Amino acid sequence: MAKNKRVFIKGNEAVAYGALAAGCRCFFGYPITPQNDIPEFMSKAIVDAGGEFVQAESEVAAANMLLGAGACGIRAMTSSSSPGVSLKQEAISYMAGSEIPAVIVNMNRGGPGLGDIGPSQGDYYQSTRGGGHGDYRTLVLAPGTVQEAYDLTVKAFDLAFKYRNPVLVLGDAILGQMKEPVTLTPTAKVPASEGKAWRLEGKGKRKPRIIKSLFLEDGALAAQNRHLEAKYASMAGEVACEQFQLKDADLVVVAYGSIGRIAKTAIRKLRAKGKKVGLFRPITLYPFPGAALAKLAKAGKKFLTIEHNLGQMVDDVRLAIRGLADSAFFGVYPGDMPAPEDFEEPIVKALRRKA
Amino acid sequence: MSRIAIDETRCKGCLLCTTVCPVGILVQSPRFNQQGYKVAEVRPEDRDKCTGCTSCALICPDLAITVWRSKKPKGGA
Amino acid sequence: MSPAAVKDEILAFDRPEVVADRATHYCPGCHHGVAHRLVGELLTEMGLVDKTIMVTAIGCSVFLYNYLLLDAVEAPHGRAPAVATGVKRARPDNFVFTYQGDGDLASIGLAEIVHCANRGERVSVVFVNNTVYGMTGGQMAPTTLIGQKTTTCPGGRCREREGMPIKMAEIIGGLGGTVFAARAALNNVKNIRQAKKFLKTAFEVQTKGLGFGFVELLSACPTNWKMNPVKANQRIETEMIPYFPLGIFKDLSGEGGVC
Repeated sequence: MAKNKRVFIKGNEAVAYGALAAGCRCFFGYPITPQNDIPEFMSKAIVDAGGEFVQAESEVAAANMLLGAGACGIRAMTSSSSPGVSLKQEAISYMAGSEIPAVIVNMNRGGPGLGDIGPSQGDYYQSTRGGGHGDYRTLVLAPGTVQEAYDLTVKAFDLAFKYRNPVLVLGDAILGQMKEPVTLTPTAKVPASEGKAWRLEGKGKRKPRIIKSLFLEDGALAAQNRHLEAKYASMAGEVACEQFQLKDADLVVVAYGSIGRIAKTAIRKLRAKGKKVGLFRPITLYPFPGAALAKLAKAGKKFLTIEHNLGQMVDDVRLAIRGLADSAFFGVYPGDMPAPEDFEEPIVKALRRKA
Repeated sequence: MSRIAIDETRCKGCLLCTTVCPVGILVQSPRFNQQGYKVAEVRPEDRDKCTGCTSCALICPDLAITVWRSKKPKGGA
Repeated sequence: MSPAAVKDEILAFDRPEVVADRATHYCPGCHHGVAHRLVGELLTEMGLVDKTIMVTAIGCSVFLYNYLLLDAVEAPHGRAPAVATGVKRARPDNFVFTYQGDGDLASIGLAEIVHCANRGERVSVVFVNNTVYGMTGGQMAPTTLIGQKTTTCPGGRCREREGMPIKMAEIIGGLGGTVFAARAALNNVKNIRQAKKFLKTAFEVQTKGLGFGFVELLSACPTNWKMNPVKANQRIETEMIPYFPLGIFKDLSGEGGVC
């Protein structure tokens, strides 16, 4: 592609463009609204680029194909939406336990159960608490714009291989379906030696390698868990957030993804009316930018967390600012479509609250 | 002549070898190995009857049996 | 190590190097060891040892990577064919096979094996059928025979309650993407030799780039059948083969396979 090409595309497509730019060579997917643009786009684009596309028999199968490709040190990706991501949890746990790099994209829809095909943020817990079994974490990147959908998908691959870990890109139906201009910033070529130290490629003349998560010998699983714990701690440096008009704000609105940008509009409106409010938008949900929030709490600010769910990220906000402040919460119910006007009254109310 | 060697540390005494020997010279021995299995053996008086057919080795799930055939054409299989 | 040969002797049978020189955890009379050996011998004879990536599954054979010394990735229960698909798509020049038991392949993994076969993935599947869930203590499997008692059908499998045993080689043979599907048994030398031939064809289907190869191996589980190894071995002949006939259910390997 030409340097700094600009395109006008959907969030779903931006994810696919980002994956290709990052050197993704295998895509395994399954149809589910609202992310079908991703497998549809990939079914031609990745094949044209010399890669592999498989429409798997289920999200379970797709996630396991991802496990296999990742074990070979190949950049690979799957995408789905909430119920499909539930199906992937076992494989994600195995990938985390086996230290297999992988990118999983979730275009969050309404839940629980079949829910609806609109946006929600109901998968925050599933994404950040390691939705499958066992003690593991995945990096979670939450784009709020179509440009970020591209940039963060590129980043997801680099992080996956840096940490030998699954990485989640968490969008929603709004982001997936809306169109915005995107600059396709060029990316570096993936070195052929990526993953050389651990990937499977046939043993050749060396000792065979085993990529597994089973550790039955005395003390072996404990050692593995200690190793993973240290790895997750080392991810702290990847934390990212956007701080918007917070310097002199009395109230910090904490919101991520699409809700973050809707809140931004509400905040701009309220600023025009003289209200001292600002936005704290986590971009990495794991690691969570808690230290930056604590700093704001120490400065005596008030907090209102706005989410498109019944209250999930607010737990992490409260944990981050415990002892210093509390956060109020305003939730848009999954199934409702949020608009900036809906946030103005809750923000003003929170502003008036005693700290 | 042909002969076999049974690694008694690997033999689990399953006796599948005894079901396939065409000359019927494999039996359960009276010996237990360290794992507590009563190992198989070629009956000492029948050792020279071994034809080197490798049937016992082919069915042994524990790869406990090694087989040698004499180079003389008479002993080959 | 094997004892040394004396003068004028030729070694007629020894373990291939790819099969680890260690005791296995399998029960006496379990045929996994035979199946491992056949796979190891074939990979050696076909020069595939250095370029094989194997996908291990869940069951007694979960420790396969301790016995076959190859690059390996551990798959969740039932998912080995999907993992193998990912491996082969990522590394098409490597030889990729899965090794699965009847719970893994015919129960939880039924969707994965059917679709892997139907897509004609260039991988090989070794299916060890012993009509029971071995590792977890002898529960009913999709291949448990009518009347067979297991811990979850203590009165014996009953058609009305539990349905009929599943015939995987026939099912896989009926799929468009399958190039080779066969069933063999490991209960006697003749059948073991036939099993090796079938495995070889299945492996060649992959090395020739033709498509999907599948071999079902009828095996015993003396411990969970509550039989001694010799009687269990006989059961393969008297009870299993009559229901699970040996033979080839699909073979397009001579016709250049499928697209």
